Amino acid sequence: MVELLHQLSSGLALGGVYAITALALVMIFQATQLVNFAQGEMAMFSTYVAWALLQNGWNYWPAFAFTVALSFVGGVVIERAIVRPFAHAPILASVIVFIGLGFIFNALAGFFFGYTVQSFDTPFNGRPWFGAKFMSAHESGAIVVSLIVLALVFAFFRFTPLGLAMRAAAQNPASARLVGVRVGWMLALGWGLAAAIGAIAGMMAAPIVYLDPNMMGGILLYAFAGAVLGGIDNPWGAVLGGFTVGVVENLLGAYVVGTEVKLSVALIIIVGVLVAKPSGLFGRRIVARV
Amino acid sequence: MNRREFMTSAAAMAIFSTPARAEDTPGISASEIKIGQTMPYSGPASAYGVIGRTELAYFKMINEQGGVNGRKINLISLDDGYSPPKTIEQARRLVEQEQVAFLWQCLGTPSCLAIRQYCNERKVPQLMCSTGSSALDDPEHFPWTSPANPIYQNEARIYARYILKEFPNAKIAVLSQNDGFGKDYLKGLKDVLGAEHAGMIVKEATYETSEPTVDSQVVTLQGSGADVFIIAATPKFAAQAIRKSYDLGWSATRIVSNVSISVTAVLKPAGLDKSKDLVAAQWGKDPSDPRWKDDPGMKEWGAFADKNLTHAAFFDQNAQYGYGNAVALIEILKSCGDDLSRANILKQTTHLSGLELPTLLPGVLLKTKPGSYSAIRQMQLSKFDGASWQLFGELIEA
Repeated sequence: MVELLHQLSSGLALGGVYAITALALVMIFQATQLVNFAQGEMAMFSTYVAWALLQNGWNYWPAFAFTVALSFVGGVVIERAIVRPFAHAPILASVIVFIGLGFIFNALAGFFFGYTVQSFDTPFNGRPWFGAKFMSAHESGAIVVSLIVLALVFAFFRFTPLGLAMRAAAQNPASARLVGVRVGWMLALGWGLAAAIGAIAGMMAAPIVYLDPNMMGGILLYAFAGAVLGGIDNPWGAVLGGFTVGVVENLLGAYVVGTEVKLSVALIIIVGVLVAKPSGLFGRRIVARV
Repeated sequence: MNRREFMTSAAAMAIFSTPARAEDTPGISASEIKIGQTMPYSGPASAYGVIGRTELAYFKMINEQGGVNGRKINLISLDDGYSPPKTIEQARRLVEQEQVAFLWQCLGTPSCLAIRQYCNERKVPQLMCSTGSSALDDPEHFPWTSPANPIYQNEARIYARYILKEFPNAKIAVLSQNDGFGKDYLKGLKDVLGAEHAGMIVKEATYETSEPTVDSQVVTLQGSGADVFIIAATPKFAAQAIRKSYDLGWSATRIVSNVSISVTAVLKPAGLDKSKDLVAAQWGKDPSDPRWKDDPGMKEWGAFADKNLTHAAFFDQNAQYGYGNAVALIEILKSCGDDLSRANILKQTTHLSGLELPTLLPGVLLKTKPGSYSAIRQMQLSKFDGASWQLFGELIEA
């Protein structure tokens, strides 16, 4: 029983990280209908920026805020400079660009910061919260942060004019342009927000998995599984999917399939969902008239 | 003589000609010994690139001092990005285009395995591969291939003996990487435990290197009620396992594989207090250990690092590893004398009778013999006291 609770709580904590990463994937998918395979490496690089700031004596929250802001700007710049030229290229070209971006960030991080694993500070120190003895303070903190990010993303799309404009640009670019939405900038904004959310995911993941240039590889895979499971165009679904994948993966690995094929669970979820219910549990089915 | 006759006689001459003299060996001339190497200067394992850089710097120094028997060492070290297909391409380039005498210290189990067949078919020595995989120590089938690192199985054997002696009633849990490295470990353990004690291993769990964490595996292993926990993991995962086992309040005796004993790269991230009382086998001198401050071998290495690399390199155990192996190669080439044929270079490498290296623990000697190419077989156990590793007991022969 104790073991089961441990498995559940460590699954939930990582699930929180998957959930935030899945949200970042959703942001870009919402805007462009593409999955950004470089999302993980961008997040990892942002985390290194935060790490460098902390090493230079910054306090946690200023470093956190600065990293998120810088990542936002970085995301916008990447969209404008690198992704934009391929806007009218075939999808495969964009995918290759994303994969290349991932390699570039991975190599840059190794070049600047080295490949040795680094520990990363957490703002949630001290005693476990709510007397929960199965979850460290950071793990509880990561879950709370993921819910806050979800709430912010939801509020942004639901209640702000900018969020409305972004949704319009994604769903019907031509009409949006006619009513004065600057569609191009909305895409850049989507990239910026995704990069900022990714940075938060990285900073929540690093204290659990340690910081190194390959930190986000596995996480991105699980996040993708989570996003697909919940519906990649739905923030709520993606977050719920992220948590579900975290928990299911741990429980299946520990009690059902064994650790040797634990990682395959993520792939089975992706394939299974795409075959049985391509829009995910909570996604909208898009019907295109031809 | 027509063309066909000429070809036939030329072929006959090639068959019946006398054995090649050293000067006929590719890559060997009166003034040079040309050596090839593949090294992951880029890609996921690029942290090991420093090994190649250290070795290049060492040979540069040797060449400035006059080389080996008047011959300069020319090490051609090419990037393979830790990708086996690339290793094959680079190895062919080294052997066929650059015409190197032999390959030396190519890094990585998968990379070395990828070119093993090629080297053995062409009888090109593939010496001192940078890996501890037992697959690279198979002289019966691959006589031209030798490993540089102590093989993982031998290390695991030493742990099994230690457990049998100190904890005869132990219940053992093993976390291992799901690849050749982890499997070698399990095999070494089980070889020593034998059928009689096989039941001592109460739980095994594995992980893939692409998994984010091993927390779940550690929880499972703890749940088995084991009181000895063996961590056969690479640095990041070892750090996670050390931290998680401590956080769970698991009081087992924890043994960590030698690949993950670095204080800076593993134990600090895991937390020094959480790493207290870890046990590991060692054969090299830990550069961060004050015990070796006045050790002549380590002073030699320190002086070399300061002059030719950086001060930080002194503390990098990968760089130290490259230094030790470069020293060993120079000794081997010296022992070849003027017979630098491929066969003799292989023979000298595989007939070491107790070579001492400045970077190895006192008493640990390189010994090879035709049936077993793995040179380092002696190790000493150590315990982490919260600040550094403390050696205890005698040298143990695996």
